[in-house]
Amino acid sequence: MTKRLFKALVTSAILGMGGATAAGAAECIAPANPGGGWDFTCRQIGKIMYDIGAVDKPVQVTNMAGAGGGLAFNHVVTERKDDADLIVAASSATSTRLAQNAYAGMTADQVRFVGAIGADPGVIVVAADSPYKNLNDLIEDVRANPGKVAFAGGSAVGGFDHIKPLMILQRAGINDVKAIKYIGVDGGADAITQTVGGFTQAMTGDMSEIVGFLKSGDVRALAVLTEERVPGFEDIPTAKEQGIDVVAVNWRGLYIPKDVSDETFNMWADRLQAVADSPEWKEAMAANGLAPFTKVGGDFQSYVDGVVAEIRTLSKEIGVIQ
Amino acid sequence: MELLANLATGFGIALSPFTLMLAVFGCFIGTIIGALPGLGPSNGVAILIPLTFSMGLDATSALVLMTAVYYGAMYGGRISSILLNIPGDEPALMTTLDGYPMAKAGRAGDALVISGVASFTGAFLSTVGLMLLAPLLARIAFQFGPAEYFALYLLAFATLGGIASNNQAKAAIASCIGLGISMIGVDNNSGLPRLTFGNMHLFDGVDFLVAIVGLFAIAEVFFFIESHGKNTSIGVKLEKITVPWKDIWDTRWTQLRCSLVGFVAGVLPGAGASLGSFLAYMSEKSLAGDKAGFGTGVAKGVAAPEAGNNAAAGGALVPMLTLGVPGSGTTAVLLALLMTLNITPGPTLFTERPEVVWGLIASLLIANFVLLLMNVPMVKVFVKILSVPPWVLLPGVTMISFVGIYSLSGSYFDLLLMVAFGVLGWVLRKLDVPTVPIILGILLGGHMEDALRRAMVLSDGDWTYLFSSGIAITLWIVAVAGFVAPMFLRGVLKKPQRITD
Repeated sequence: MTKRLFKALVTSAILGMGGATAAGAAECIAPANPGGGWDFTCRQIGKIMYDIGAVDKPVQVTNMAGAGGGLAFNHVVTERKDDADLIVAASSATSTRLAQNAYAGMTADQVRFVGAIGADPGVIVVAADSPYKNLNDLIEDVRANPGKVAFAGGSAVGGFDHIKPLMILQRAGINDVKAIKYIGVDGGADAITQTVGGFTQAMTGDMSEIVGFLKSGDVRALAVLTEERVPGFEDIPTAKEQGIDVVAVNWRGLYIPKDVSDETFNMWADRLQAVADSPEWKEAMAANGLAPFTKVGGDFQSYVDGVVAEIRTLSKEIGVIQ
Repeated sequence: MELLANLATGFGIALSPFTLMLAVFGCFIGTIIGALPGLGPSNGVAILIPLTFSMGLDATSALVLMTAVYYGAMYGGRISSILLNIPGDEPALMTTLDGYPMAKAGRAGDALVISGVASFTGAFLSTVGLMLLAPLLARIAFQFGPAEYFALYLLAFATLGGIASNNQAKAAIASCIGLGISMIGVDNNSGLPRLTFGNMHLFDGVDFLVAIVGLFAIAEVFFFIESHGKNTSIGVKLEKITVPWKDIWDTRWTQLRCSLVGFVAGVLPGAGASLGSFLAYMSEKSLAGDKAGFGTGVAKGVAAPEAGNNAAAGGALVPMLTLGVPGSGTTAVLLALLMTLNITPGPTLFTERPEVVWGLIASLLIANFVLLLMNVPMVKVFVKILSVPPWVLLPGVTMISFVGIYSLSGSYFDLLLMVAFGVLGWVLRKLDVPTVPIILGILLGGHMEDALRRAMVLSDGDWTYLFSSGIAITLWIVAVAGFVAPMFLRGVLKKPQRITD
């Protein structure tokens, strides 16, 4: 045991010096503690990039937790703004927080979003005994009586889980989003408990959060917010085929510093594409409940810009930002 | 038999050599921590939490180690109560009443054995209770909406605050300090930062582990420095230990009754082991009447509080695991550990992470037998350890705290914060303000606020929503009673005076 403890101490000492990475090897910053989604992104993408030969040295992973990714963002913007060997894990949470000015005034255009390869699809679910049989039942009830239907989700007010039903309702022509009740609880499981218990009428979250409850039969998924039905969950209809054109997924991707050359930007985009095409990544996605969602390079940058703009507008309407 | 199948899974995990070793190691360390005056289960567990991170333990192993320490400390607390008349931890307070007189009368060995066996009975029965009751309680949790949770958190503050101190006002102040600290960070309901002074390190709020290690461990170090490590000499000689079979047999009903009382007290959120041992002792005393001679060193007086507080320890795990609401100070610390390990205790824990829950329950059963062996035949070892000089203990505690907290976040800011909490803890203890409600405030304050605000969102700001169900109303009544009752019981709750002769 003492040996193990000693090893752990040495490891943490080395990790602590992670900032001083040897030149040449790429570094991936996970803006959270080990174990979360961002950490997964860095470790999996970094490992596969090395395994398939897209990079010639193993990618170093640095964990820089704090302020919901804000500390890492600040670090990249102020201290590493032209570092060509740096990639940073990002997700919908990153773009949502940037759109809502949650990173102390820093904005999405201070870095370059290089690509996303995989996503956790957004879902809207109700309790198994709920009167709502499809998405439009729910929407019509909200239209008739906005105060009666409350949503529960795993993110804070104004977070991505809150935004999802609002996007759906706006597309359906319900514009008074402020009247829509939403409570943010501690994670998707908690949100489902509240919904099954009858305290809220619907739950908004990610596919990975509801899998267990779908199996146990406690909930019914009304819609999945993707372009096409998700492999493995073919019986859940998309919002799109129910006439509501909303795609909202929790993507997993990367950003890089602002002041790198276009060649560097394209190089990382190509590497990411190579990872997306690899069988290793497909395996990793399946094991972690991710659906295919590949957008790299300029395509992805404009997607993120669009998402940030839409969330900013919505956030202003619900009063999360001024 | 689903229960047996689950239990089999649990034993499959618990009987792996590594987990078993952790359980034995935890029991040993725990007993020492319990035996050392001042180091109780809550600060013992708090000090050792960083160890689980630096050892890179997975969730089940970490939980097994920490609960073994917890149970061990509950056993160990009685040793210094009996030998030194200083409770090794808060719940062992009642054991001094009859344990020390018994030791003075030359029956120290008997007292240790009787209390050890009683501890085993209490802990064993409550683990069985946990096994049978927890899945039931988990189903009840679907009945808990924002209003019910708010009342439940209120209950935790009201009752724990009442037990942790002789002075309700001071307990209330401590709760408020904790609640204030829990407000720091980005507000969940509006996304706006509060009390962060623009410092991004504070956006995520104050990590409760930093607060716990600071308030308990670092403050403890300050006290050791201040007192130059005095008061650790053994007051009573311990001769050869024999098993007093007759006394054990005579106290069998006492042990059973007190186990039940303790378990119920433990299940009530916020009440915990101190209440368990207190209620157990008082109920036995009134059952036996004046002639039984409680307080003069009788076997029943030693068995009752020990069965009570160990049963409460198991009981306190029930609300923690099924509702995510700690039943005692130590389970509050354990809850912090769980959350850090990315496990959300609550109704879904039993279905989502059965390996964690049943592995834990099986380990507790094993730990109990290990502890019985350690605390009856091997009790002399721990008696020896009671004389460890503080100059060995003190640097160890300091080192573990600093390394642990730094490895948690890799941020020097947390170290500064931890030392600040240490100073705060020292000042507060000088003022006799209890620190447990502060921890509870930091841990639960955010949840309590969220529950209230969710309730207000769902009800359009109608406050009667908070009293809209039978469960909520019951919790409110118990909370108010729990806050008021100790004011009348203060006379009996008074700490025993140190016997000098």
